[in-house]
Amino acid sequence: MRIAGKGLVDRNRRVRFSFDGISYDGFAGDTVASALLANGVTLMGRSFKYHRPRGVLSAGSEEPNALITVGKGAGAEPNVRATQAEIYDGLVAKSQNAWPSLDFDVMAVNDLAAPFLGAGFYYKTFMWPKKFWEAIYEPVIRKAAGLGALSGKANEDAYEKAFAFCDLLVIGAGPAGLMAALVAGRAGADVILADEDCLMGGRLNAESGAVGHQSGAGWAASVVAELAAMENVRLMSRTTVAGAYDGRMYGALERVNQHTSRRSGGAPLECFWRIAAKHSILAAGAIERPVAFQNNDRPGIMTAGAVRAYLNRWGVSPGKRVAVFGNNDDAHRTARDLVKAGVHVVALIDSRAGAVIEGFDGQVFKGAQVCNSGGRKALESITVRVASGEEEALQVDCLAMSGGWNPSVHLTCHMNGRPTWREDLQAFVPTEGAVPDMTVAGACNGVFSTAGCLADGVAAGKAALKALGKWAVEVDVLAAEDAAYRMEPLWAVAGKGRAWLDFQNDVSVKDIKQAAVENFMSVEHMKRYTTQGMATDQGKSSNVAALAILADATGRGIPETGTTTFRPPYVPVAIAAMGAGGQGHGFAPERLTTSHKRSVEMGAPMIEAGLWYRPSYFPKAGEATWRESCDREVGYVRKSVGVCDVSTLGKIDIQGPDAAKLLDFVYTNMFSTLKVGRVRYGLMLREDGHVMDDGTCARLDEQHYVMTTTTAAAGNVMRHLEFVTQCLHPEWQVAFTSVTEQWAQFAIAGPKARELLNGLLDKAIDGESWPFMACGAVSIGGVQGRLFRISFSGEHAYELAVPARYGVALFDALVTRAEALGGGPYGMEALNVLRIEKGFITHAEIEGRATAFDIGMERMISTKKDCVGKVMAARKGLVNQERPQLVGFKPVDADAELSGGAHLFERGADAVRVNHQGHISSVAYSPALERMIGLGFLSRGPERMGEVVRMVDHMRGLDTEVEVCNPVFLDPEGERVRG
Amino acid sequence: MLARPDLDAGVAVWDDYLHLRDNPAGETQDLWQHEAGCGAWLVVTRDTVSHEISGVKLAADVKRTMGAVS
Amino acid sequence: MVELKETSACAGLLPVTYGSVTLEEMTVEHMTSLSPLGDASGLSDALDNAHGMALPAPNRSTGKDSARCIWFGRDEALLIGPAPDDALRKLGAVVDQSDAWAVVRLQGLGAVDVLARLVPVDLRDGAFKQGHTARTQLGHMHASITKLEPDQFMIMVFRSMAGTLVHDLKQAMAGVATRG
Repeated sequence: MRIAGKGLVDRNRRVRFSFDGISYDGFAGDTVASALLANGVTLMGRSFKYHRPRGVLSAGSEEPNALITVGKGAGAEPNVRATQAEIYDGLVAKSQNAWPSLDFDVMAVNDLAAPFLGAGFYYKTFMWPKKFWEAIYEPVIRKAAGLGALSGKANEDAYEKAFAFCDLLVIGAGPAGLMAALVAGRAGADVILADEDCLMGGRLNAESGAVGHQSGAGWAASVVAELAAMENVRLMSRTTVAGAYDGRMYGALERVNQHTSRRSGGAPLECFWRIAAKHSILAAGAIERPVAFQNNDRPGIMTAGAVRAYLNRWGVSPGKRVAVFGNNDDAHRTARDLVKAGVHVVALIDSRAGAVIEGFDGQVFKGAQVCNSGGRKALESITVRVASGEEEALQVDCLAMSGGWNPSVHLTCHMNGRPTWREDLQAFVPTEGAVPDMTVAGACNGVFSTAGCLADGVAAGKAALKALGKWAVEVDVLAAEDAAYRMEPLWAVAGKGRAWLDFQNDVSVKDIKQAAVENFMSVEHMKRYTTQGMATDQGKSSNVAALAILADATGRGIPETGTTTFRPPYVPVAIAAMGAGGQGHGFAPERLTTSHKRSVEMGAPMIEAGLWYRPSYFPKAGEATWRESCDREVGYVRKSVGVCDVSTLGKIDIQGPDAAKLLDFVYTNMFSTLKVGRVRYGLMLREDGHVMDDGTCARLDEQHYVMTTTTAAAGNVMRHLEFVTQCLHPEWQVAFTSVTEQWAQFAIAGPKARELLNGLLDKAIDGESWPFMACGAVSIGGVQGRLFRISFSGEHAYELAVPARYGVALFDALVTRAEALGGGPYGMEALNVLRIEKGFITHAEIEGRATAFDIGMERMISTKKDCVGKVMAARKGLVNQERPQLVGFKPVDADAELSGGAHLFERGADAVRVNHQGHISSVAYSPALERMIGLGFLSRGPERMGEVVRMVDHMRGLDTEVEVCNPVFLDPEGERVRG
Repeated sequence: MLARPDLDAGVAVWDDYLHLRDNPAGETQDLWQHEAGCGAWLVVTRDTVSHEISGVKLAADVKRTMGAVS
Repeated sequence: MVELKETSACAGLLPVTYGSVTLEEMTVEHMTSLSPLGDASGLSDALDNAHGMALPAPNRSTGKDSARCIWFGRDEALLIGPAPDDALRKLGAVVDQSDAWAVVRLQGLGAVDVLARLVPVDLRDGAFKQGHTARTQLGHMHASITKLEPDQFMIMVFRSMAGTLVHDLKQAMAGVATRG
């Protein structure tokens, strides 16, 4: 119920939202949890396994029970914590894991089956008959348990990723964090202050204590105002620092528009930040522990600090008859605050016999424990067991429980650190140095009083400034409460029924004890066996208690029993946020040639070649299949002239007195002997003797070469050249740079290629001035270009390059002239047919496992010089005749299909691994031979010409006989290319 | 990686150069390349346990101080 | 005789404006890669004599406006604006790159925030001053970024990726503009 005159919500701004189809009113500043409580709604979810009715346990991001789905349609987001979801007009929220409704959940029958669903149940029950597990038990159990569901529709929301840099990252804007930021900000350091809440101030906004002569919340607001005015301070609210990483990097999730209905115009829903901070201060506070007792999970039972938060920050009392139960002095504050607000506190129950209770006049039980709760879908009563053992029932609709506080050490464990046990706090604190250049301050360092946190924040700020080499300015520390933390451990109340520890995964004290009995003594085993701590809250509210119970059950102290570790992210982070920008066109850069647009206009389907897009074929009206287009284009090149954009191949400009030395070293063959104005085919090995790449290299001048690489290997080769010239031969005088993008380059191939060129070049060429493998400068309409007489089709061919700004214009001119000569453009399909017919290899053949020997080029390794890969290429195993070597294949049956990747066996041998003799690497339909042809590798292939072997494609179900033949199917003497 | 063996050093030396590396829990040296930046190859000294990087040098500088090249 | 028309790298894609930030193509007549062969100071002197600026130090640029030289990588600088003097060819590798890059200008209040969404380098005023330049990534692309003036950046990526450059920048600009 709402309490008049209390809270920080804006009572002038009403907000209407719905939960499970019912409309409710709240105020700006409410969360779904606080607004529902204000409206008297306590049932907010059903538990994971047993579908027990659950209400909200906390007021923060650690909330394990009140998980809701917010939004509708494609924008519906599951597993949102109701304690963090800020309400806005029109917000639609739904409960999860209940059918047909939250109120009447059929699956609650699971609770009756509890004896069969304990820890490790799937190893012990539902095992017979064997077939039933997969077909019946598992699907049913899986469907019966769960969190929320995805909408199943494509996500339309926008997300962002961004980088930020600072001297100091302060994580948490409670009293410690605010003071640290103030100290550092006033000293002129570049500060980022991040807090996961929408309102900075941490626990100050939840408590009624003063700081100086202001309320805690008022003081926090005034500090935030001062920080906001500083140029060197950046405030990031609604931002959870979710992970600490190597290199002083932090990941943080900012909920940019989750609290609004704004989604259009590119407005991001969330932003995932990567923050590089020279130093950081962790002031992340502490999380309160529940107490384990029978039925401690009824709606209306929450932590004592959460009750204070709902009262003081949101002006809501979660009940009308409240009881407080704890093992520490801090819980008393809840009783005092409630009474002051006019709420009836039925009793204050302290488990410590010697508890000192001040400022509370109501009914008190010392040395007593709450051992049970009653009520159907909401709390109606609690049972108190007094020191003598007698039990008394109290009528209560809200129980505020406190088992003490756990410092939030999580980030300090992200880099393989383990926290340190403090016997005096009965809790873990961060271990010094666990994260390099991180200082810890305040409650997350075990300092629990407000005054202590303020002072600790100043100390941390000063320590950070010292590490940054900056001078600190003095800062006033105002007076605030300074109570000692008095507490006696109470991990579980003795009793028969299930006492809950991990609310989100439905794990009880019984489950932990059972794990110990079954010898799962290591905390890592207990965790996986019981699933305690494995839910989306990473056990924030249950880890320490579970550890304590395990320690007790196995007769060890808590430090010896150990602790599991925490991994990023601290809260669940949507993959859409981490992958922001990576959808649609943002997935990868798209590399388009200068003829791209024109190709698309001509109807060519574009295929991906790495990041590049290249045309597959250019369909003509009336053609029904891609094969028709492809056959026609092959015909252009064989009979008239074809034009193809080959700009994507790597081009590297290499100059200098030692350019030739570099080429002789990286290529197996000689390039220092290449004449100026000539091009030579070259083979490049890796140092382990396998083929890295092949290509041509042109000598434009004495000390000037242009190397080409295949499209796929361009980056690799560049990296290789950098490695050679920096790591092996820094003394060489050579400089090289990529010119792949500088030049648009087109293949002009076919018997009419020269005729086409002479209609275009400013100066005509002939067979003498431009023989096969010649290269040099040319001019086209005054534009300086380069011409190379090289061929990948086996026909009379050239490649013509112009600066890329002229690329599309040249493409148009070439296509027009080619068409006038009876030819036209050709795409990747035809390019592939042409080269296979001539036995030219691509990375389908040199796929990383092939050697020069395998492709029949071992004689290209010059004996006169060293080269990369020379020694290792000569290893016995790499020059063994048994190795599969490159040959051609023709189907015996002219209509049979060949497939790339098919395996080769001797005729009559079983098509199994042991009999494997090679594989097919490339296939194509050859219009010239009127059948499919293939290239591939066959053991002792060159000796087996004419032999018929068996080709089997197990995946596609092909089994056909093929004849081993010369891989050069057409014009084996190479006469056409020299014409 | 910077000390490329001679042609006649024998296959065992080459095998070691190409394939064999110590794998310490502690300080080690790697070769990195600043590929998306300036293109420099670097000798990086880092701790395999803590991931802290304690030193960076240009590989070309390291190679030059290694003396005669192969 | 045929006449070959010119098409710029970002043809048809720019300019665009979101909020206070604009993105437009920069037309540069010549861009030339310079790498010393031998002593770099020789090339630097020749550059100074011919074009009025020395070779820049790493992450810096020399010259201004119509004739600028930006550091472009290890032992590499990019001369932007004038056609390279022949004297340079005797002292280093001089390679035409005029067509190899898509060059755009991003300017306006908030330009730094836009780039923060794409670039992993500290581009804030205190760290990246006027005349500073970096070879880094913009999204997944290799890029060169130079601060020309306050709130004004020259950004270069491979010509073939012009479309992706504009796409990524527009998305970032839109997101920043909605934050008001």
